[in-house]
Amino acid sequence: MEVLFYIAAAVTLLATVRVITHVHAVHALLYLVVALIALALIFYLLGAHFAAALEIIIYGGAIMVLFIFVVMLLGPLAVQQEKSWLRPGTWVGPSMLALVLLGEVGYLIVAGDHLPIEVTETRRKGVSIVLYGPYIIGVELASMLLLPGLIGAYHLGRRVSKESRSC
Amino acid sequence: MLTTHALVLAIMLFCIGLVGLLSRRNILYMLLSLEIMLNAASLAFIAGGARWGQVDGEIMFLFILTLAAAEVSVALGIVLQLSYRFQTLDADAFSEMKG
Repeated sequence: MEVLFYIAAAVTLLATVRVITHVHAVHALLYLVVALIALALIFYLLGAHFAAALEIIIYGGAIMVLFIFVVMLLGPLAVQQEKSWLRPGTWVGPSMLALVLLGEVGYLIVAGDHLPIEVTETRRKGVSIVLYGPYIIGVELASMLLLPGLIGAYHLGRRVSKESRSC
Repeated sequence: MLTTHALVLAIMLFCIGLVGLLSRRNILYMLLSLEIMLNAASLAFIAGGARWGQVDGEIMFLFILTLAAAEVSVALGIVLQLSYRFQTLDADAFSEMKG
């Protein structure tokens, strides 16, 4: 079972190196999504099931969608390059890496729930009891962080008009 | 054994992100490198939680996730503003403060 961890780690490293060495933004984002999914598999193998689900839903889903929207919003630069971005050859590399991950998940489903790490009783009870007990101050601080984040994103996300730019 | 190797993987991911942050000049890629580094930190926390059998690692992962979401939304707003004002994403071009 530990072989799965090393394969997923290799996929993560390969995809991450491709992220920082790529020239086109959308290619880099595709590789980053693959890296995040591989990292979620590693979280699962380490026994953190809830974290693995959140990694896919919030990182691979929400945050990457934000990045892709911004790349598409980046003006005329995006329009000219879209044709070359969406060629089928683009998808080969990330698809191969994702297929490796799919094979691992299929093996995990067939082989049953035998994690290489023993999940202890306290971890089975879930994070929410501890999160809303000793860590309640962290939850409050996170809410204080998210509200300025919302206001800041709303303020910065406006499109500047011509007259306000000149002054 | 597995958790030790997960820590090594976290270190390698963090170094890749750091190299990307220092070498790329496109601010979109610098943001992506920041994401990679945040992910490496959360992997280290998860590995630590798995090593000791506690849930604290996953809770720190939740906080890192919140931080990353807030950071990305504000930073992408800044990226949009910079691209409107300067018509480029090159970090060296934003030198109005003569830093």
